[in-house]
Amino acid sequence: MSPERQPDDPDDIVLSVRGATKVYPGTTALDNVDFDVRRGAVNVLVGENGAGKSTLMKIIAGVEQLTGGEILLDGKQVTFADTMDAARQGIGIVFQELNLFPNMSVTDNIFIARERTRYGVDITGSEQREAARQLMRRLEHDIDPDSMVADLPIGKQQIVEIAKALAQDARILIMDEPTSALSAAEVEILFRVIADLKAQGVAIIYISHRLEELVRLGDYITVLRDGRITGSRPMDDVNVSWIVQNMIGAASRDFAKPDGHQIGGEIFRAEQICLPSRRGGYAVDHVSLQLHAGEIVGIYGLMGAGRSELFECIMGRHPSMTGSFHVDGEVLADRSVAARIARGIALIPEDRKTEGLIEIMAIRENMTLSSLKSFTRAFHLNLKREREAALSFVRELAIKIASPENPVSSLSGGNQQKVVIGKALMTKPRILLMDEPSRGIDIGAKAEVFRTMRRLAAEGIGILFATSDLEEVMSLSDRIVVMSNGKVTGEFDRAAVTEEQVVAASAVGHAPAAEVRDQKVSARA
Amino acid sequence: MGGQPAILLLLKMRTVIALLAVILFFSLAAPNFVSTANMVIISKHVAINAFLAIGMTFVIITGGIDLSVGSVVGLAGMVAGGLILHGIDLGIGYTLYFNVFEVILIALCVGVAVGAVNGLLITRMNVAPFIATLGTLYMARGFALLSSDGATFPNLTGDAALGTTGFPALGSGSFLGIPYTIWILIVVAAAAAYIGARTPLGRHIYAVGGNAQAAALSGVKVRRVKMFVYMFSGFCAAIAGLIISSQLVAAHPATGETFELNAIAAAVLGGTSMSGGRGRIAGTIVGAFVIGILSDGLVMMGVSSFWQIVIKGLVIIAAVVVDQFQQRVEARITLQHQAALGR
Repeated sequence: MSPERQPDDPDDIVLSVRGATKVYPGTTALDNVDFDVRRGAVNVLVGENGAGKSTLMKIIAGVEQLTGGEILLDGKQVTFADTMDAARQGIGIVFQELNLFPNMSVTDNIFIARERTRYGVDITGSEQREAARQLMRRLEHDIDPDSMVADLPIGKQQIVEIAKALAQDARILIMDEPTSALSAAEVEILFRVIADLKAQGVAIIYISHRLEELVRLGDYITVLRDGRITGSRPMDDVNVSWIVQNMIGAASRDFAKPDGHQIGGEIFRAEQICLPSRRGGYAVDHVSLQLHAGEIVGIYGLMGAGRSELFECIMGRHPSMTGSFHVDGEVLADRSVAARIARGIALIPEDRKTEGLIEIMAIRENMTLSSLKSFTRAFHLNLKREREAALSFVRELAIKIASPENPVSSLSGGNQQKVVIGKALMTKPRILLMDEPSRGIDIGAKAEVFRTMRRLAAEGIGILFATSDLEEVMSLSDRIVVMSNGKVTGEFDRAAVTEEQVVAASAVGHAPAAEVRDQKVSARA
Repeated sequence: MGGQPAILLLLKMRTVIALLAVILFFSLAAPNFVSTANMVIISKHVAINAFLAIGMTFVIITGGIDLSVGSVVGLAGMVAGGLILHGIDLGIGYTLYFNVFEVILIALCVGVAVGAVNGLLITRMNVAPFIATLGTLYMARGFALLSSDGATFPNLTGDAALGTTGFPALGSGSFLGIPYTIWILIVVAAAAAYIGARTPLGRHIYAVGGNAQAAALSGVKVRRVKMFVYMFSGFCAAIAGLIISSQLVAAHPATGETFELNAIAAAVLGGTSMSGGRGRIAGTIVGAFVIGILSDGLVMMGVSSFWQIVIKGLVIIAAVVVDQFQQRVEARITLQHQAALGR
């Protein structure tokens, strides 16, 4: 932060949001929020999942419109009809979920809907490619502008997304968790780019869950909780504990303490699991691990570390995998998902919408989908017994519903997640795979999910859960397995490990910063 | 939420309301429309399309489409006709003839086989359903034409000496004053409705159409479910082919051309969503009756058959527009539910 800046200089404020209220049917996402964005500075926004950060960003980027309140750009009131409108006024956004077209080249993605043309029809490919190459140089990456986005690892896709925003000459650049998929070295590069942009007077709005990162990078910080601002000040006066206090208020994060039950014998073992990757190499690279009855094992790693792929292998979704799985010492021979479920394995997938739920079906139908056999005699489905069973799990998991016949899409994220958990539990599993079990659900629901995990472990179920949340893996696991680039790069007893060791293991195999810098130098030479 | 569900109920009942409306309209506009004799005739016409539409409904619910059914109608008729008239020449001076039940069974198997080919192409070769069934549409029609060199198999009454008599009864016989055709339709429709509502298979059909990936991860055997719907569709089409050739006492290789479009129309009119996951057999049957009564009624009124085509198109489009409206209303009510739950 430059010492000559006057934090209270109103000229610094390029965009400000006043009294912003956004009401969705059934929920108030933003409640009378004031938010200032200063030019040439990193404006940090933090808050728990569901606090309203993404909603606020969507409003600033023109994706959503305010229910009440106003947006002032350079002191003048503005409304953004859509993202193109916001982009024209100099606002760019890097979305949390990547918004790229995997079937198109890097260049095509960067210039989508802004193609450079002759006479408005003929795309000038060479010019675009050159511009893309320059952007990549600025971002210190040597991604070929002609390569397909689908062929890039997730971290590089993130770089393309950032390049796309830079290509619009944004004066205000919103970055919604840009580092969640990046290795430590890539994060360093991104920070240099951010410093560069700052020097050019760009206002950056930066959202992240990684608090150390925010303290280091930010100039101003605003904390949101349940749609309200709970703190806003220059970063100078701020430390991590102040942020945490404002983020979660009086209630601290509730991780459900271990109850000290006995861990039983081995119930599940994976041996030398390999899954070839479409991009060459292995998505899962000679992974071996064990799980005991009543044990919670956390698999920690960055996005793209191969955690989800490993789970899919365990469920029998990848015929091209090699290696073997053992339940109670017996090899799993049949590779169908149904057979794995029959052997007591159940998966709670990472992406509820695309993998966990059938949104147009009723809550009851979703919950019983994996266990219909238990309500069926010959081929006749006993609807009464099905309904009773579904209701008993609704009670057990405290799912808030009006009727089990409502579509599952009518539920909040946390309750939807409980439906997915209920579906898995109705198959009476002994080995439960949970992929990012707390993603996209609010803090109360998270605590309930964690409590449920503890309770299930106490009942003797072995739980294997994947997460990229360090706090979560440290608090919930009995044992921690760290994955990076498809390999197991560390295995630790929770009692005897530090956060630093876990993070270091998760970065194994990613290019160190110095190496990337060398590449950049040689690219310029 | 007092007023909304009333609208929703009306929207959900729209196919039945449309059916009552066309019946009311034609009973006023066309004399003799409402007579038992006429109703039986209309029902027999409708039945052919209804068989195809039942099979098509399951296929569409899984998110697919079956364009081959019209050709299967023709092929099944030709198989039956050929077997009755000429039997199978064993090539050693003997010809094998079958009795009517065997003929029917073989023709049904041919329909199921075409469905199995569709299913294998779609589940094993990853061919898009539209393309796979377009291919079998041509192939089945081609085989139907080849079987007689394009000629009609006439006079399928059979020969008592060969034990091949009795085929015409399928199309023209009746029990308790109701034609066999209608009885068969009732049985097939009831079985399909039961499968859809009360069996794990039915639930899996909806699940595959709603979200195939989530279904697969839940242990649903997606390939097997898809195989079933295409084979069942082929089976239904073969029934229709047998009934037509039995009614005409002749099999013509071009029978059934464009029938697939009528079947799709009936399913869509009955509330089946082309994007998969939604639809009911009962709705499809009502949809088939709306289309059938519309065309027969317009004939009785003396309206040009060209106008009938235009009107049919309008009705289908109107049905989908109303369906979209219903989905918007449902989405709004869902949001109100959420609001009521406080989240």
